[in-house]
Amino acid sequence: MHELLIAAGVMGGLGIILASVLAIANRVFYVYEDPRLDEVEEMLPATNCGACGHAGCRAFAEALVKGDDSPSKCTVSPPEMIEAIADYLGVDAGQQEKRVARLACAGGSHVARMRARYKGLQTCRAAHSVAGGGKGCAWGCLGLADCEVVCEFDAIHMDEHGLPVVDEDKCTACGDCVEICPRDLFSIHPKSHRLWVACMNLQRGEEAEAECEVACNACGRCALDAPPGVVTIEDNLAVVHYEYNRLTTPECIQRCPTGAIVWLDDKGRFIKGREARKILRKEPLPIVPD
Amino acid sequence: MAKVKANMGKASGAARTGDASALNGSAPLSHWLRREGSTFRGGVHPPEHKELTADKPIRRFPFANEFILPLAQHAGAPSEPVVREGQDVVRGEPLARPAGFVSVPIHSPATGRVSRIGLERVGTGAMGQAIVLRPYHGASQDVLYGAPLDIEALSPDALIQAVQNTGVVGLGGAAFPTHVKMKIPEGKAVDTIILNGCECEPYLTTDHRVMLEQIDSMLDGARIIQRAMGAERIIIGIESNKPDAIKALREAIPSDRPVTVEAVGTKYPQGAEKMLIAALLGREVPSGGLPVDCGVGVFNVATVAQIGELLPRQQGLIERVVTVTGPGVKRPGNYLMALGTPLRFVLEKVGLHEKVAEIIFGGPMMGPAVSSLDVPVTKGITGIVVLTENEVSTRDHPIYPCIRCSRCVEACPVHLNPSELGLLGRKGRYEEMVDDFHLMDCFECGSCTYVCPSNIPLVQYFRVAKGLVRERRSAK
Repeated sequence: MHELLIAAGVMGGLGIILASVLAIANRVFYVYEDPRLDEVEEMLPATNCGACGHAGCRAFAEALVKGDDSPSKCTVSPPEMIEAIADYLGVDAGQQEKRVARLACAGGSHVARMRARYKGLQTCRAAHSVAGGGKGCAWGCLGLADCEVVCEFDAIHMDEHGLPVVDEDKCTACGDCVEICPRDLFSIHPKSHRLWVACMNLQRGEEAEAECEVACNACGRCALDAPPGVVTIEDNLAVVHYEYNRLTTPECIQRCPTGAIVWLDDKGRFIKGREARKILRKEPLPIVPD
Repeated sequence: MAKVKANMGKASGAARTGDASALNGSAPLSHWLRREGSTFRGGVHPPEHKELTADKPIRRFPFANEFILPLAQHAGAPSEPVVREGQDVVRGEPLARPAGFVSVPIHSPATGRVSRIGLERVGTGAMGQAIVLRPYHGASQDVLYGAPLDIEALSPDALIQAVQNTGVVGLGGAAFPTHVKMKIPEGKAVDTIILNGCECEPYLTTDHRVMLEQIDSMLDGARIIQRAMGAERIIIGIESNKPDAIKALREAIPSDRPVTVEAVGTKYPQGAEKMLIAALLGREVPSGGLPVDCGVGVFNVATVAQIGELLPRQQGLIERVVTVTGPGVKRPGNYLMALGTPLRFVLEKVGLHEKVAEIIFGGPMMGPAVSSLDVPVTKGITGIVVLTENEVSTRDHPIYPCIRCSRCVEACPVHLNPSELGLLGRKGRYEEMVDDFHLMDCFECGSCTYVCPSNIPLVQYFRVAKGLVRERRSAK
């Protein structure tokens, strides 16, 4: 009986001592956490895509609560939810234009030449490391859909010519496709950037056109037709200077002979100029080893 | 002396004294204790096919009408051109200077005129900056460039600088600048230089021929490297399938030199430097480390022969031995080829059989297939292997699921688990592959892919993962 009491006493005493240590620690080391943090995080989409520039939705919520960032930086949430977060925090939602991923290549299998047949692992990154996957153009899209696989928002789908098409309504500008593409063909742009060079080939005119029928051959007509400084030719490629974006018009694409520089419609589809070569072919070009 | 560790695990006590006698030049005791043809754990035995060219002496290859010299034909920073378009150059003159320490100059392979500097097909089919040279047909093509150099008078640092000036890089395939390997980091020391004459890749015989025909240059080069690195001894490691080279070298080496010739087992990838160190010395290079971390410097025999040939005359690397071979070639052989020779010209001269399906730069185990015939022969190209439809299957083989047979685990020379890595790679879990399964120790020898009964392209998964993780970490 005696031993029982000792055991109970020791255990009880220990419990009381440790409990008081915990109680003191709770007071002394207390960290105040804004209760709004959990609320805001709850309202965010929890995709942790990183498009806002923060390491996940929790980190973005912290920045919002602190007032370091504006709710509109989240490219995934619908506008109603952005408004709701702004209302909850009592801040301005901020103006953020919708941004989307864009592909700087139009060289599908029906216009771009293949020099060799690639037979290994069917991903762009693997093909790129083996002699460029056999595509003649060393800059062009390899068409093995790494971006389609990596896109978490189902916004990228391959078309019949093996080129990825971005669904601009679904795209959240998270940048996963930008990272995965071994040829760095994707970049994130505001939707208002309508003038677009769908080519990255740096070869001289005739050489570039020999690889791909829609390559930029650096003829310079777009640079002449656009207001001064808006389009320039650098390293055999037309480059749009988006700081003058408000000066761009569809006029400067009209004389492009290959259709490498295009105007984008509301859905992000390519509209070629009047004088661009008409491509009627649908089937892929044959593989012609040189 | 304490740094010279034991050779083989169990015989350690006796072997240590053996090594001491090796340094004095007498017959090393460890040599008798060590089994002839020792090797590493793992690896594979692919068919060798070396009989096509093994007994063909090195012959000079004709000059092409145009030479293409990529500025990035070595590992490290691309060279910077020092010539302009239209300039006349003589054979052996520098065309480009090194851009930093981990870089080398490029020398003109022919007397002629620089026709353009710009984008060309390089490597295995990508586009890159290159100098294009048109040789004069009337020129005698003598190397008039260079001056004698008194090697004995130079300090180790001056020797390393002189090696950089020759433009020599690892001619075994990696094309890593040799002078960088000769520079020993602070606080480390090298006691042994290993000359790598394994040539474990099937088909290739360039190193084999170099070891038979350029013995003097090789020994001169070895002495230069030994002096620059302060090593005590030199071991020439040769796979046991080249008995004539082993015999010729053993006969040629004077007995008072601290140079021994050791036969190692014939197995792929015996020529990988870590595997060769394990077979010859029983030492292990630490994970993520270099041979210098265990007191060893490993150099390819052809590289060393070029240093021995060029350095005393201060000339530049302008040609190399390339094995052109394979069932698709009419006249296979070992050719002394001017750097920059276009692949198309090479294939025209050696003649091709019909039904050529694949052309590989280097050996078939690690060498990449080329996608264009406009690419040139560069410093890192050991061989050109032409395979026909009989060797290369033209239909697509499906990839079956991993059956966990563990053949890849047994084959992996660096003790990784390719099976697990492959499953992670398929799922795109690249960070885990690197952090938890030591992917960065993989040197992409391809043994796992070779043995896989499910046809899983393991090495490709690994390359993709390594590339992406490297990109991500350098972006941070």
